[in-house]
Amino acid sequence: MHWLNIILQGVLIGGLYAMFAAGLSLIFGVMRLVNIAHGDLIVLAAYIALMVTQALDVSPLTSLLLVVPLMAVIGYTLQRGLLNRTLGDDLLPPLLVTFGLSIIIQNGLLELFTADSRKLQAGPIEVQTFQLMQGVWIGILPLIQFVVAIGIIAGLETLFYRTALGRAFRATSDDQSVAQLVGLDTRHIFALAMALSLAVVAIAGVFLAVRANFDPAIGPARLIFGFEAVVIGGLGSMWGTLVGGIVLGVAQAIGAQIDPGWQLLAGHLVFLAVLAVRPQGLFPKVSG
Amino acid sequence: MPDAPLLEVKAIDAFYGDFQALFGVSLTVHSGQVITVIGANGAGKSTLLKTIAGLMHPHHGEILFGGSPTTQLPAFEVLHRGVALVPEGRRLFPSLTVEENLLIGGQSRRPGPWTLGRVYELFPVLAERRELPALALSGGQQQMAAIARALMANPVLLLCDEISLGLAPVVVRDIYARMPHIVAEGASLVIVEQDIMQALRAANHVYCLQEGRIALHGPAGELTREAISAAYFGV
Repeated sequence: MHWLNIILQGVLIGGLYAMFAAGLSLIFGVMRLVNIAHGDLIVLAAYIALMVTQALDVSPLTSLLLVVPLMAVIGYTLQRGLLNRTLGDDLLPPLLVTFGLSIIIQNGLLELFTADSRKLQAGPIEVQTFQLMQGVWIGILPLIQFVVAIGIIAGLETLFYRTALGRAFRATSDDQSVAQLVGLDTRHIFALAMALSLAVVAIAGVFLAVRANFDPAIGPARLIFGFEAVVIGGLGSMWGTLVGGIVLGVAQAIGAQIDPGWQLLAGHLVFLAVLAVRPQGLFPKVSG
Repeated sequence: MPDAPLLEVKAIDAFYGDFQALFGVSLTVHSGQVITVIGANGAGKSTLLKTIAGLMHPHHGEILFGGSPTTQLPAFEVLHRGVALVPEGRRLFPSLTVEENLLIGGQSRRPGPWTLGRVYELFPVLAERRELPALALSGGQQQMAAIARALMANPVLLLCDEISLGLAPVVVRDIYARMPHIVAEGASLVIVEQDIMQALRAANHVYCLQEGRIALHGPAGELTREAISAAYFGV
Protein backbone atom coordinates (compact mmCIF):
# COMPACT_ATOMS: atom_id res chain seq x y z
CA MET A 1 0.00 0.00 0.00
CA HIS A 2 2.85 2.29 0.86
CA TRP A 3 4.38 1.97 -2.62
CA LEU A 4 1.00 2.30 -4.31
CA ASN A 5 0.58 5.63 -2.51
CA ILE A 6 4.01 6.76 -3.66
CA ILE A 7 3.37 5.80 -7.28
CA LEU A 8 -0.05 7.50 -7.27
CA GLN A 9 1.49 10.73 -5.97
CA GLY A 10 4.09 10.46 -8.74
CA VAL A 11 1.39 9.99 -11.37
CA LEU A 12 -0.52 13.03 -10.11
CA ILE A 13 2.56 15.28 -10.09
CA GLY A 14 3.23 13.97 -13.60
CA GLY A 15 0.18 15.92 -14.70
CA LEU A 16 1.93 19.13 -13.66
CA TYR A 17 5.06 18.15 -15.58
CA ALA A 18 2.90 17.42 -18.63
CA MET A 19 1.50 20.96 -18.30
CA PHE A 20 5.07 22.34 -18.26
CA ALA A 21 5.84 20.27 -21.33
CA ALA A 22 2.69 20.82 -23.40
CA GLY A 23 3.36 24.49 -24.17
CA LEU A 24 7.01 23.76 -24.93
CA SER A 25 6.12 20.94 -27.29
CA LEU A 26 3.47 23.02 -29.05
CA ILE A 27 5.90 25.83 -29.82
CA PHE A 28 8.59 23.50 -31.04
CA GLY A 29 6.06 21.63 -33.17
CA VAL A 30 4.64 24.69 -34.90
CA MET A 31 7.75 26.83 -35.39
CA ARG A 32 10.82 24.77 -34.42
CA LEU A 33 11.57 27.26 -31.68
CA VAL A 34 13.14 25.95 -28.47
CA ASN A 35 11.90 28.34 -25.84
CA ILE A 36 14.63 28.49 -23.17
CA ALA A 37 12.54 31.07 -21.26
CA HIS A 38 9.61 28.64 -20.91
CA GLY A 39 10.34 27.82 -17.26
CA ASP A 40 10.77 31.48 -16.36
CA LEU A 41 7.49 32.31 -18.06
CA ILE A 42 5.86 29.69 -15.79
CA VAL A 43 7.34 31.51 -12.79
CA LEU A 44 6.25 34.87 -14.23
CA ALA A 45 2.70 33.51 -14.46
CA ALA A 46 2.95 32.43 -10.81
CA TYR A 47 3.95 35.97 -9.75
CA ILE A 48 1.17 37.51 -11.85
CA ALA A 49 -1.27 35.13 -10.13
CA LEU A 50 0.19 36.17 -6.77
CA MET A 51 -0.49 39.84 -7.55
CA VAL A 52 -3.99 39.08 -8.81
CA THR A 53 -4.92 37.00 -5.75
CA GLN A 54 -3.63 39.71 -3.41
CA ALA A 55 -5.12 42.67 -5.27
CA LEU A 56 -8.56 41.17 -5.85
CA ASP A 57 -8.65 38.85 -2.84
CA VAL A 58 -9.64 35.84 -4.94
CA SER A 59 -8.54 32.20 -4.80
CA PRO A 60 -5.69 31.06 -7.06
CA LEU A 61 -8.03 28.98 -9.20
CA THR A 62 -10.31 32.00 -9.74
CA SER A 63 -7.28 34.12 -10.63
CA LEU A 64 -6.83 31.90 -13.70
CA LEU A 65 -9.74 33.78 -15.30
CA LEU A 66 -7.43 36.78 -15.47
CA VAL A 67 -3.97 35.20 -15.61
CA VAL A 68 -4.69 32.92 -18.57
CA PRO A 69 -5.86 35.68 -20.97
CA LEU A 70 -3.12 37.99 -19.71
CA MET A 71 -0.38 35.44 -20.40
CA ALA A 72 -1.93 34.74 -23.82
CA VAL A 73 -1.70 38.44 -24.67
CA ILE A 74 1.90 38.52 -23.43
CA GLY A 75 2.61 35.49 -25.64
CA TYR A 76 1.08 37.04 -28.74
CA THR A 77 2.95 40.32 -28.21
CA LEU A 78 6.25 38.60 -27.43
CA GLN A 79 6.04 36.57 -30.63
CA ARG A 80 4.98 39.44 -32.89
CA GLY A 81 7.34 41.98 -31.36
CA LEU A 82 10.44 39.88 -30.73
CA LEU A 83 10.56 36.17 -31.48
CA ASN A 84 9.25 36.30 -35.07
CA ARG A 85 12.31 38.35 -35.93
CA THR A 86 14.62 35.57 -34.74
CA LEU A 87 13.04 32.80 -36.82
CA GLY A 88 14.75 31.69 -40.00
CA ASP A 89 16.88 28.91 -41.34
CA ASP A 90 19.27 29.23 -38.41
CA LEU A 91 18.23 27.62 -35.11
CA LEU A 92 20.71 29.63 -33.04
CA PRO A 93 19.13 33.14 -32.92
CA PRO A 94 15.87 32.03 -31.23
CA LEU A 95 17.89 29.97 -28.72
CA LEU A 96 20.08 32.95 -27.83
CA VAL A 97 17.19 35.40 -27.64
CA THR A 98 15.04 33.17 -25.43
CA PHE A 99 18.09 32.48 -23.25
CA GLY A 100 18.49 36.24 -22.84
CA LEU A 101 14.78 36.56 -22.15
CA SER A 102 15.15 33.93 -19.43
CA ILE A 103 17.82 36.01 -17.70
CA ILE A 104 15.81 39.21 -18.06
CA ILE A 105 12.68 37.62 -16.54
CA GLN A 106 14.62 36.11 -13.62
CA ASN A 107 16.35 39.37 -12.77
CA GLY A 108 13.24 41.45 -13.35
CA LEU A 109 11.31 39.27 -10.90
CA LEU A 110 14.20 39.41 -8.44
CA GLU A 111 14.16 43.21 -8.63
CA LEU A 112 10.40 43.46 -8.20
CA PHE A 113 9.67 40.67 -5.73
CA THR A 114 13.06 39.97 -4.05
CA ALA A 115 14.45 36.46 -3.65
CA ASP A 116 11.96 35.56 -0.89
CA SER A 117 10.00 32.36 -1.38
CA ARG A 118 6.30 32.86 -2.04
CA LYS A 119 3.32 30.58 -2.22
CA LEU A 120 -0.23 30.89 -3.42
CA GLN A 121 -2.75 30.03 -0.70
CA ALA A 122 -5.65 27.98 -1.98
CA GLY A 123 -7.20 27.47 1.47
CA PRO A 124 -8.45 24.18 2.96
CA ILE A 125 -8.60 22.46 -0.43
CA GLU A 126 -4.80 22.23 -0.27
CA VAL A 127 -4.90 19.57 2.42
CA GLN A 128 -8.19 17.82 1.67
CA THR A 129 -7.90 14.17 0.73
CA PHE A 130 -10.13 11.21 0.19
CA GLN A 131 -9.56 7.54 0.62
CA LEU A 132 -9.39 5.65 -2.66
CA MET A 133 -9.13 2.25 -0.95
CA GLN A 134 -7.85 0.84 2.28
CA GLY A 135 -4.61 2.72 2.98
CA VAL A 136 -4.52 4.70 -0.30
CA TRP A 137 -5.20 8.41 -0.03
CA ILE A 138 -5.54 10.97 -2.78
CA GLY A 139 -5.23 14.73 -2.36
CA ILE A 140 -8.07 16.76 -3.87
CA LEU A 141 -5.75 19.42 -5.28
CA PRO A 142 -3.28 17.02 -6.98
CA LEU A 143 -6.29 15.22 -8.43
CA ILE A 144 -7.74 18.48 -9.81
CA GLN A 145 -4.31 19.29 -11.20
CA PHE A 146 -4.10 15.91 -12.93
CA VAL A 147 -7.61 16.18 -14.38
CA VAL A 148 -6.83 19.69 -15.65
CA ALA A 149 -3.64 18.36 -17.27
CA ILE A 150 -5.63 15.67 -19.08
CA GLY A 151 -8.15 18.33 -20.10
CA ILE A 152 -5.37 20.53 -21.52
CA ILE A 153 -3.81 17.66 -23.47
CA ALA A 154 -7.20 16.55 -24.82
CA GLY A 155 -8.06 20.15 -25.67
CA LEU A 156 -4.80 20.73 -27.54
CA GLU A 157 -5.17 17.42 -29.36
CA THR A 158 -8.71 18.35 -30.45
CA LEU A 159 -7.61 21.82 -31.48
CA PHE A 160 -4.74 20.44 -33.55
CA TYR A 161 -6.64 17.72 -35.37
CA ARG A 162 -10.26 18.93 -35.46
CA THR A 163 -10.24 22.71 -36.02
CA ALA A 164 -9.32 25.14 -38.78
CA LEU A 165 -6.74 26.78 -36.50
CA GLY A 166 -5.11 23.41 -35.84
CA ARG A 167 -5.01 22.77 -39.57
CA ALA A 168 -3.28 26.11 -40.03
CA PHE A 169 -0.78 25.20 -37.26
CA ARG A 170 0.04 21.88 -38.93
CA ALA A 171 0.28 23.39 -42.41
CA THR A 172 2.59 26.16 -41.19
CA SER A 173 4.71 23.58 -39.39
CA ASP A 174 4.97 21.52 -42.61
CA ASP A 175 5.92 24.28 -45.03
CA GLN A 176 6.02 27.96 -44.17
CA SER A 177 6.25 29.37 -47.67
CA VAL A 178 3.41 27.24 -49.04
CA ALA A 179 1.37 28.20 -45.98
CA GLN A 180 1.79 31.80 -47.14
CA LEU A 181 0.74 30.77 -50.63
CA VAL A 182 -2.62 29.54 -49.33
CA GLY A 183 -3.10 32.88 -47.61
CA LEU A 184 -1.86 32.20 -44.08
CA ASP A 185 -0.04 35.04 -42.37
CA THR A 186 2.60 32.88 -40.71
CA ARG A 187 3.66 35.66 -38.33
CA HIS A 188 0.11 35.74 -36.99
CA ILE A 189 -0.11 31.92 -36.82
CA PHE A 190 3.14 31.79 -34.82
CA ALA A 191 1.86 34.48 -32.47
CA LEU A 192 -1.37 32.54 -31.92
CA ALA A 193 0.68 29.42 -31.13
CA MET A 194 2.75 31.36 -28.57
CA ALA A 195 -0.44 32.82 -27.07
CA LEU A 196 -1.82 29.31 -26.68
CA SER A 197 1.47 28.08 -25.22
CA LEU A 198 1.52 30.83 -22.60
CA ALA A 199 -2.15 30.24 -21.76
CA VAL A 200 -1.11 26.70 -20.80
CA VAL A 201 1.94 28.14 -19.02
CA ALA A 202 -0.42 30.31 -16.94
CA ILE A 203 -2.33 27.26 -15.70
CA ALA A 204 0.92 25.39 -15.02
CA GLY A 205 2.30 28.41 -13.14
CA VAL A 206 -0.72 28.67 -10.85
CA PHE A 207 -0.73 24.95 -10.00
CA LEU A 208 3.02 25.08 -9.38
CA ALA A 209 2.62 28.04 -7.05
CA VAL A 210 -0.22 26.44 -5.07
CA ARG A 211 1.67 23.18 -4.68
CA ALA A 212 5.00 24.49 -3.46
CA ASN A 213 7.08 27.56 -2.69
CA PHE A 214 8.45 29.50 -5.61
CA ASP A 215 11.04 32.21 -6.10
CA PRO A 216 12.46 33.98 -9.19
CA ALA A 217 15.22 31.40 -9.72
CA ILE A 218 13.25 28.16 -10.07
CA GLY A 219 12.31 28.58 -13.75
CA PRO A 220 15.20 26.72 -15.42
CA ALA A 221 14.51 23.54 -13.41
CA ARG A 222 10.86 23.60 -14.58
CA LEU A 223 12.16 23.98 -18.14
CA ILE A 224 14.27 20.84 -17.66
CA PHE A 225 11.27 18.86 -16.35
CA GLY A 226 9.29 20.05 -19.36
CA PHE A 227 12.04 19.06 -21.78
CA GLU A 228 12.43 15.65 -20.13
CA ALA A 229 8.69 14.96 -20.30
CA VAL A 230 8.64 15.91 -24.01
CA VAL A 231 11.64 13.74 -24.83
CA ILE A 232 10.46 10.73 -22.80
CA GLY A 233 7.01 10.95 -24.37
CA GLY A 234 8.24 11.48 -27.91
CA LEU A 235 8.39 14.71 -29.85
CA GLY A 236 5.15 15.82 -31.44
CA SER A 237 2.80 13.57 -29.50
CA MET A 238 0.59 15.34 -26.96
CA TRP A 239 -0.57 12.16 -25.20
CA GLY A 240 3.03 10.98 -25.21
CA THR A 241 3.91 14.17 -23.37
CA LEU A 242 1.39 13.29 -20.66
CA VAL A 243 2.92 9.81 -20.34
CA GLY A 244 6.38 11.42 -20.28
CA GLY A 245 5.30 13.67 -17.42
CA ILE A 246 3.90 10.70 -15.51
CA VAL A 247 7.05 8.60 -16.02
CA LEU A 248 9.13 11.51 -14.74
CA GLY A 249 6.81 12.10 -11.77
CA VAL A 250 6.78 8.45 -10.75
CA ALA A 251 10.56 8.15 -11.10
CA GLN A 252 11.04 11.18 -8.87
CA ALA A 253 8.57 9.90 -6.29
CA ILE A 254 10.25 6.50 -6.10
CA GLY A 255 13.70 8.09 -6.00
CA ALA A 256 12.66 10.37 -3.15
CA GLN A 257 11.38 7.36 -1.24
CA ILE A 258 14.70 5.59 -1.48
CA ASP A 259 16.61 8.68 -0.43
CA PRO A 260 15.35 12.29 -0.41
CA GLY A 261 18.49 13.35 -2.27
CA TRP A 262 17.61 10.96 -5.09
CA GLN A 263 14.37 12.61 -6.10
CA LEU A 264 15.71 14.72 -8.97
CA LEU A 265 18.49 12.30 -9.80
CA ALA A 266 16.02 9.43 -10.33
CA GLY A 267 14.04 11.57 -12.77
CA HIS A 268 17.15 12.50 -14.73
CA LEU A 269 18.36 8.87 -14.77
CA VAL A 270 15.08 7.64 -16.23
CA PHE A 271 15.27 10.43 -18.80
CA LEU A 272 18.82 9.39 -19.75
CA ALA A 273 17.79 5.73 -19.88
CA VAL A 274 14.95 6.53 -22.30
CA LEU A 275 17.30 8.68 -24.36
CA ALA A 276 19.84 5.85 -24.54
CA VAL A 277 17.42 3.00 -25.26
CA ARG A 278 14.69 4.77 -27.23
CA PRO A 279 15.91 8.23 -28.33
CA GLN A 280 12.75 8.88 -30.36
CA GLY A 281 10.69 8.69 -27.15
CA LEU A 282 7.91 6.33 -26.18
CA PHE A 283 5.27 7.65 -28.61
CA PRO A 284 7.10 9.46 -31.41
CA LYS A 285 5.03 11.24 -34.03
CA VAL A 286 7.57 13.45 -35.76
CA SER A 287 10.03 11.50 -37.86
CA GLY A 288 13.34 12.67 -39.23
CA MET B 1 -8.42 49.94 -77.17
CA PRO B 2 -8.33 46.67 -75.16
CA ASP B 3 -9.55 46.58 -71.54
CA ALA B 4 -7.06 47.26 -68.76
CA PRO B 5 -4.70 44.31 -68.17
CA LEU B 6 -5.29 41.98 -65.23
CA LEU B 7 -1.61 41.63 -64.45
CA GLU B 8 1.22 43.90 -65.51
CA VAL B 9 4.79 42.94 -64.71
CA LYS B 10 6.96 45.92 -65.55
CA ALA B 11 10.69 45.46 -66.02
CA ILE B 12 11.43 43.50 -62.85
CA ASP B 13 14.89 42.48 -61.68
CA ALA B 14 15.06 39.64 -59.15
CA PHE B 15 18.01 38.33 -57.17
CA TYR B 16 19.00 35.34 -55.04
CA GLY B 17 21.61 37.04 -52.88
CA ASP B 18 24.14 38.37 -55.38
CA PHE B 19 22.89 36.18 -58.20
CA GLN B 20 20.56 38.00 -60.57
CA ALA B 21 17.82 35.69 -61.85
CA LEU B 22 15.61 38.12 -63.76
CA PHE B 23 16.68 41.08 -65.90
CA GLY B 24 13.99 43.63 -66.73
CA VAL B 25 11.28 41.06 -67.32
CA SER B 26 7.91 42.42 -68.44
CA LEU B 27 4.74 40.43 -68.96
CA THR B 28 1.06 41.29 -69.40
CA VAL B 29 -1.98 39.12 -68.76
CA HIS B 30 -5.46 40.12 -69.85
CA SER B 31 -8.59 38.72 -68.29
CA GLY B 32 -9.45 35.27 -69.65
CA GLN B 33 -6.04 34.68 -71.22
CA VAL B 34 -3.86 31.62 -70.85
CA ILE B 35 -0.23 32.66 -70.91
CA THR B 36 2.58 30.16 -71.11
CA VAL B 37 6.12 30.89 -70.06
CA ILE B 38 8.66 28.48 -71.51
CA GLY B 39 12.40 28.26 -71.13
CA ALA B 40 15.22 25.92 -70.22
CA ASN B 41 16.17 24.94 -66.68
CA GLY B 42 17.39 27.95 -64.75
CA ALA B 43 15.96 30.48 -67.20
CA GLY B 44 14.06 32.19 -64.37
CA LYS B 45 10.56 30.84 -64.96
CA SER B 46 9.90 29.79 -61.37
CA THR B 47 11.50 32.96 -60.07
CA LEU B 48 9.09 34.97 -62.18
CA LEU B 49 6.08 33.14 -60.73
CA LYS B 50 7.38 33.37 -57.16
CA THR B 51 7.89 37.10 -57.60
CA ILE B 52 4.37 37.59 -58.96
CA ALA B 53 2.99 35.54 -56.04
CA GLY B 54 4.89 37.63 -53.47
CA LEU B 55 7.25 34.93 -52.20
CA MET B 56 10.11 37.03 -53.59
CA HIS B 57 10.28 40.76 -54.13
CA PRO B 58 11.94 42.42 -57.12
CA HIS B 59 14.78 44.91 -56.60
CA HIS B 60 13.59 47.04 -59.49
CA GLY B 61 10.40 47.25 -61.47
CA GLU B 62 6.76 47.02 -60.57
CA ILE B 63 3.95 44.48 -60.48
CA LEU B 64 0.37 45.69 -60.88
CA PHE B 65 -2.55 43.36 -60.28
CA GLY B 66 -5.99 44.68 -61.20
CA GLY B 67 -4.38 48.09 -61.56
CA SER B 68 -2.94 48.32 -58.02
CA PRO B 69 0.66 47.56 -57.06
CA THR B 70 1.44 44.27 -55.31
CA THR B 71 5.21 44.57 -55.77
CA GLN B 72 6.13 44.55 -52.07
CA LEU B 73 3.13 42.68 -50.63
CA PRO B 74 3.78 39.43 -48.75
CA ALA B 75 2.49 36.26 -50.41
CA PHE B 76 -0.53 35.83 -48.13
CA GLU B 77 -1.81 39.29 -49.07
CA VAL B 78 -1.24 38.68 -52.78
CA LEU B 79 -3.34 35.50 -52.36
CA HIS B 80 -6.11 37.53 -50.74
CA ARG B 81 -6.07 39.85 -53.77
CA GLY B 82 -6.76 36.81 -55.98
CA VAL B 83 -3.43 35.41 -57.18
CA ALA B 84 -2.82 31.73 -56.36
CA LEU B 85 0.32 29.74 -57.15
CA VAL B 86 0.54 25.99 -57.72
CA PRO B 87 4.16 25.57 -56.63
CA GLU B 88 6.75 23.51 -58.46
CA GLY B 89 6.92 19.99 -57.08
CA ARG B 90 3.31 20.13 -55.76
CA ARG B 91 4.32 20.70 -52.16
CA LEU B 92 1.17 19.42 -50.48
CA PHE B 93 1.15 19.60 -46.70
CA PRO B 94 2.32 16.11 -45.64
CA SER B 95 0.67 16.09 -42.21
CA LEU B 96 -2.72 17.02 -43.63
CA THR B 97 -5.16 14.71 -45.38
CA VAL B 98 -6.14 15.36 -49.00
CA GLU B 99 -9.33 17.07 -47.90
CA GLU B 100 -7.53 19.14 -45.26
CA ASN B 101 -5.13 20.33 -47.94
CA LEU B 102 -8.10 21.52 -49.99
CA LEU B 103 -9.83 23.09 -46.98
CA ILE B 104 -6.74 25.04 -46.06
CA GLY B 105 -6.57 26.23 -49.66
CA GLY B 106 -10.02 27.70 -49.09
CA GLN B 107 -9.31 29.24 -45.71
CA SER B 108 -8.97 32.73 -47.20
CA ARG B 109 -12.77 32.56 -47.79
CA ARG B 110 -12.58 34.42 -51.08
CA PRO B 111 -16.00 34.15 -52.73
CA GLY B 112 -16.23 32.52 -56.15
CA PRO B 113 -17.25 29.45 -58.11
CA TRP B 114 -14.92 26.93 -56.46
CA THR B 115 -16.04 24.95 -53.44
CA LEU B 116 -14.99 21.59 -52.06
CA GLY B 117 -17.83 20.00 -54.03
CA ARG B 118 -16.85 21.72 -57.28
CA VAL B 119 -13.16 20.80 -57.11
CA TYR B 120 -14.17 17.19 -56.39
CA GLU B 121 -16.29 17.33 -59.56
CA LEU B 122 -13.27 18.57 -61.48
CA PHE B 123 -10.98 15.89 -59.99
CA PRO B 124 -13.25 12.99 -58.90
CA VAL B 125 -10.30 10.83 -57.89
CA LEU B 126 -9.55 13.28 -55.06
CA ALA B 127 -13.03 12.77 -53.63
CA GLU B 128 -12.41 9.03 -53.46
CA ARG B 129 -9.15 9.59 -51.60
CA ARG B 130 -10.14 12.54 -49.45
CA GLU B 131 -9.31 10.82 -46.14
CA LEU B 132 -5.80 9.72 -47.16
CA PRO B 133 -2.64 11.54 -46.11
CA ALA B 134 -1.69 13.87 -48.96
CA LEU B 135 1.53 12.03 -49.78
CA ALA B 136 -0.30 8.71 -50.17
CA LEU B 137 -1.52 9.99 -53.55
CA SER B 138 0.28 9.20 -56.80
CA GLY B 139 2.30 11.99 -58.43
CA GLY B 140 -0.47 12.90 -60.85
CA GLN B 141 -3.07 12.90 -58.10
CA GLN B 142 -0.82 15.06 -55.96
CA GLN B 143 -0.61 17.53 -58.84
CA MET B 144 -4.40 17.53 -59.11
CA ALA B 145 -4.66 18.13 -55.37
CA ALA B 146 -2.16 21.01 -55.62
CA ILE B 147 -4.23 22.62 -58.40
CA ALA B 148 -7.45 21.99 -56.46
CA ARG B 149 -5.90 23.53 -53.32
CA ALA B 150 -5.07 26.68 -55.30
CA LEU B 151 -8.54 26.78 -56.87
CA MET B 152 -10.15 26.67 -53.42
CA ALA B 153 -8.92 30.25 -52.96
CA ASN B 154 -11.03 31.23 -55.98
CA PRO B 155 -8.13 32.93 -57.75
CA VAL B 156 -8.66 35.50 -60.48
CA LEU B 157 -5.18 34.59 -61.70
CA LEU B 158 -3.83 31.07 -61.31
CA LEU B 159 -0.07 30.56 -61.64
CA CYS B 160 1.01 26.97 -62.42
CA ASP B 161 4.66 26.02 -62.05
CA GLU B 162 5.81 22.97 -64.05
CA ILE B 163 2.63 20.95 -63.83
CA SER B 164 4.07 18.21 -66.04
CA LEU B 165 7.24 17.74 -63.98
CA GLY B 166 7.91 14.07 -63.39
CA LEU B 167 4.51 12.91 -64.63
CA ALA B 168 3.65 10.39 -67.35
CA PRO B 169 2.49 12.04 -70.61
CA VAL B 170 -0.97 10.49 -70.32
CA VAL B 171 -1.37 11.99 -66.86
CA VAL B 172 -0.15 15.38 -68.07
CA ARG B 173 -2.71 15.29 -70.90
CA ASP B 174 -5.41 14.38 -68.43
CA ILE B 175 -4.55 17.35 -66.20
CA TYR B 176 -4.29 19.80 -69.08
CA ALA B 177 -7.71 18.64 -70.28
CA ARG B 178 -9.20 20.22 -67.12
CA MET B 179 -7.66 23.62 -67.77
CA PRO B 180 -10.47 24.88 -70.07
CA HIS B 181 -12.96 24.27 -67.21
CA ILE B 182 -10.84 26.46 -64.94
CA VAL B 183 -10.69 29.24 -67.52
CA ALA B 184 -14.43 28.90 -68.17
CA GLU B 185 -15.05 29.68 -64.50
CA GLY B 186 -13.36 33.02 -64.96
CA ALA B 187 -9.71 32.49 -64.00
CA SER B 188 -6.80 33.59 -66.14
CA LEU B 189 -3.76 31.34 -66.20
CA VAL B 190 -0.02 31.73 -66.30
CA ILE B 191 1.56 28.33 -66.93
CA VAL B 192 5.26 27.67 -66.71
CA GLU B 193 6.41 24.66 -68.71
CA GLN B 194 9.51 22.99 -70.08
CA ASP B 195 7.34 20.88 -72.36
CA ILE B 196 7.02 23.23 -75.35
CA MET B 197 4.38 21.32 -77.30
CA GLN B 198 2.14 21.05 -74.26
CA ALA B 199 2.63 24.74 -73.64
CA LEU B 200 1.81 25.79 -77.20
CA ARG B 201 -1.40 23.75 -77.26
CA ALA B 202 -2.75 25.26 -74.06
CA ALA B 203 -1.82 28.90 -74.51
CA ASN B 204 -3.11 32.04 -76.22
CA HIS B 205 0.17 33.82 -75.75
CA VAL B 206 3.69 32.55 -75.19
CA TYR B 207 6.67 34.11 -73.48
CA CYS B 208 10.07 32.56 -73.84
CA LEU B 209 12.61 33.18 -71.07
CA GLN B 210 16.30 32.77 -71.66
CA GLU B 211 18.84 33.38 -68.90
CA GLY B 212 16.53 35.73 -67.05
CA ARG B 213 15.42 37.78 -70.06
CA ILE B 214 12.36 37.61 -72.29
CA ALA B 215 13.85 36.33 -75.56
CA LEU B 216 10.62 36.09 -77.50
CA HIS B 217 6.91 36.55 -77.02
CA GLY B 218 3.80 36.56 -79.15
CA PRO B 219 0.42 34.93 -79.79
CA ALA B 220 0.80 31.15 -79.71
CA GLY B 221 -0.36 30.70 -83.32
CA GLU B 222 2.05 33.23 -84.75
CA LEU B 223 5.35 31.93 -83.42
CA THR B 224 7.28 29.54 -85.66
CA ARG B 225 8.96 26.52 -84.14
CA GLU B 226 12.28 27.81 -85.46
CA ALA B 227 11.88 31.11 -83.65
CA ILE B 228 10.92 29.31 -80.43
CA SER B 229 13.87 26.90 -80.66
CA ALA B 230 16.20 29.83 -81.17
CA ALA B 231 14.76 31.69 -78.18
CA TYR B 232 14.68 28.55 -76.03
CA PHE B 233 18.21 27.39 -76.64
CA GLY B 234 19.76 30.74 -77.45
CA VAL B 235 21.31 29.47 -80.70
